[in-house]
Amino acid sequence: MRVGVDVGGTNTDAVLMDGEQVVASFKAPTTADIGGGIVNAIRTVLAQSNVIAEHVESVMIGTTQFTNAFVEGRRLVEVGIIRAALPATLSVKPLLDFPERLANAVGDHAYLVPGGYEFDGREISPLGEKEVAEAARDIKRKGLGSVAISCVFSPINSDMEKRMAEIVRNEIPDVELTLSTDIGRVGLIERENAAIMNASLVELSKRVVGSFRDALKDLNIEAPFFVSQNDGTLMSADYVERYPVLTFASGPTNSMRGAARLSGQENAIVVDIGGTTTDVGVLVHGFPRESAVSVDIGGVRTNFRMPDILSIGLGGGSLVRDGAEGLTVGPDSVGYELTEKALVFGGETLTATDIAVAAGAVDIGDKSRVQHLSGTQIEQGLAEIHRLVEDAIDRVKTSVEDAPVVLVGGGSVLVTRDLRGASEVKIPDKSPVANAIGAGMAQVGGEIDRIFSYESEGRDASLTRAKEEATARAIAAGATADSVQILEVEELPLTYMPAGAVRLRVKAVGDLAISAGGDGQ
Amino acid sequence: MKLTRDNLHDFIRGAAILGTGGGGDPYVGRLMLEQELRKGTDIQILDPDDLADDIFAINVFSMGAPTVFVEKIPNGPATVISMRKVEQVLGRKFNAIMPVEAGGVNATLPLIVGALTGLPVIDADGMGRAFPELQMVTYNVYGVDICPLVTTDDFGNSVTFETTDAARSEWLARGVCVRMGGISQAAGYPMTAKQIKDTAVRHTLTLSVEIGQTVREAREQHRDPVDALLDYFMNARYPRHAAMLFDGKVVDVLRETKHGFTVGRVMLDGIEDSSGQCEVTFRNEFLIAKHDGRVVATVPDLICCLDRETAEPITTESLKYGNRVKVVGIAAAPVMRTPEALEIFGPRAFKMEEDFTPLEELA
Repeated sequence: MRVGVDVGGTNTDAVLMDGEQVVASFKAPTTADIGGGIVNAIRTVLAQSNVIAEHVESVMIGTTQFTNAFVEGRRLVEVGIIRAALPATLSVKPLLDFPERLANAVGDHAYLVPGGYEFDGREISPLGEKEVAEAARDIKRKGLGSVAISCVFSPINSDMEKRMAEIVRNEIPDVELTLSTDIGRVGLIERENAAIMNASLVELSKRVVGSFRDALKDLNIEAPFFVSQNDGTLMSADYVERYPVLTFASGPTNSMRGAARLSGQENAIVVDIGGTTTDVGVLVHGFPRESAVSVDIGGVRTNFRMPDILSIGLGGGSLVRDGAEGLTVGPDSVGYELTEKALVFGGETLTATDIAVAAGAVDIGDKSRVQHLSGTQIEQGLAEIHRLVEDAIDRVKTSVEDAPVVLVGGGSVLVTRDLRGASEVKIPDKSPVANAIGAGMAQVGGEIDRIFSYESEGRDASLTRAKEEATARAIAAGATADSVQILEVEELPLTYMPAGAVRLRVKAVGDLAISAGGDGQ
Repeated sequence: MKLTRDNLHDFIRGAAILGTGGGGDPYVGRLMLEQELRKGTDIQILDPDDLADDIFAINVFSMGAPTVFVEKIPNGPATVISMRKVEQVLGRKFNAIMPVEAGGVNATLPLIVGALTGLPVIDADGMGRAFPELQMVTYNVYGVDICPLVTTDDFGNSVTFETTDAARSEWLARGVCVRMGGISQAAGYPMTAKQIKDTAVRHTLTLSVEIGQTVREAREQHRDPVDALLDYFMNARYPRHAAMLFDGKVVDVLRETKHGFTVGRVMLDGIEDSSGQCEVTFRNEFLIAKHDGRVVATVPDLICCLDRETAEPITTESLKYGNRVKVVGIAAAPVMRTPEALEIFGPRAFKMEEDFTPLEELA
């Protein structure tokens, strides 16, 4: 038995799962005392199903707390930053592009030292060990407890960052360290930004993970617990303490993965229609397709793994207006005021929900209040809603072929007809707790992203090595060795370079080794 | 014209659009400029129309792979070393800086060198857009020597190139660039005031700022930013023909890497105002656009793929199925459309089968 919990900004959901089966589920508003909310949710699903705490083999938690804390610039700590790069990169110093509020929150404590690698793995300069130690002593004098470490082309070789960490720890034994190479990919500034963000969150992360631990203790659950990360795989509690940024996009990811599991679709387009927006994403082998572009979080550019999600202004509360060429729908919405402002709920605003009710697609509120709408108006409204959804589906597709579509969210009642571009449309039940189900899917992953030389190593040998390293990382994250599969291989030849320099991204995923006790990973 | 922290974002967006699908992401360039401008440095911009006769300018730029730029960020001080070496060879000091290209990351570097040296930057360049190679420059077309060309690495190691022609310099410097770690800071094409007036594409820095400003203001006022851009080009201080070539969505992208260049083509199906199919061929930058097999724009005229709602430029590397784009053609400056110029950067120079036809004659 596994427990999946999703701690969202609005609701805390829990599900109890036995293999693929959802045994019990529960949903309640998120409380200020997050630990208490988790205890309540888990206790309820266990009670519903008469399962005792000893039978819970693992607990998976999804949370958006770290995202919110960073974006709001609250509960962050000041960070020491050491970049190995000199004499390169002097023209763009760390923290340059942080918005003022966040720059103030993390302080101005950056040090550049000799070091870094070339694209082909040669050293730019030998690591300035003395300079690293001096920086560390200065950081110690300032009383900072968290340090972010970056290095030019560290995705090719992480040795220098690891050595820097050793030196810093030698000077400040109880320091919290974030290595850029553990989080980001090629792109120094974006990777360094992600490391700084992470370092600013480690104190909060320890407190949050501590509250999760206490909650499970209260319930007498001794099973290991895991936290879901951006790409849908899990990380151990220890790991999330060190790398809270890896949870930043776990909310939408869990929702997509949960929806897919409920509908039995591994490869599908997930359309989540809410009150204000519709989020559309693509699942490939059960995992969300990742964004290839940089992602801004709270105005800071980063490049860690995030799902590629398209948001459009269509939802149950979307405003419906008379335009020059017929009715328009959205992008603005009455949002959470739907149940007061929509016509069927006694309000004065014509919304997308009113159109669906008038069309007879759903029976909510007072139907008589939309009787005045003409057949033409209803038809135009429905046509516009479907056009918007179909357009969004087409935008996220990677090819012209029709694909299965999984429809979730409260606004899914707006879709009343077949969708162009969809080979089939599935609307799973239990979709209100899709997030918790997504969190409860127990898989872990490993990824590498770095530049290989096909000229010196050969394509086959490079690919083999990349796959082996990704597999090793998945096993290190807690996967059973025999379950690991290669999920993605991406080859990007580098322009303006001699033939043979290729950036390889490989991602491996496996099932969580539950008995191994991931908490200690 | 003045470049400040207030119009920096406009300038960067304009430079990205003039990159015509290539030129590298100017994000890093913006950060470099931001760092200099925050020091309170004033960058002086010179109008090429009223240059003093004693102006002696040097073109500065980064060479290398965009993928390396994002890790080993271009180094302003190394560029200054290259420039000083050229001065040593010539035995004469420069009193102005110039960009070699108007599009992409290289549009920003001269401004950083201007900030570092206190020298003014000339509001003109040698491409009026982005091109992949060093000989594809109007200066070269009209007989300005690229040599002495100096490239420098982050340690201050430099190499001086004295070659028979610009293409040979490009070939040799590209090789050295790899040994320098995939990126080098270069100075070349030393030019007098007369040479600048005779050969350069003028007011391209101002152009970038105004393009960015046009897009931003259109978005703020909820007008179509692509329409606003077309209006801008037709009515600008130096009016130029510009046209919406196609409104469509990407249905296929063929892309491969050949000799260090991203080569391929993108196919679009028409939406709303456009019908039929559009095909745009590229080699790092967009080269030729065809609508239902009929040529509608050819290099060196600028072909830009812009997001149809935001007018954000889409690069040849990031194009993918499902992108909604408006393909826009912009006439190149007259100095880029002469027979001599077309020999260096017309369609045939990119091994294409078509000949150049001015955008306005293809409508």
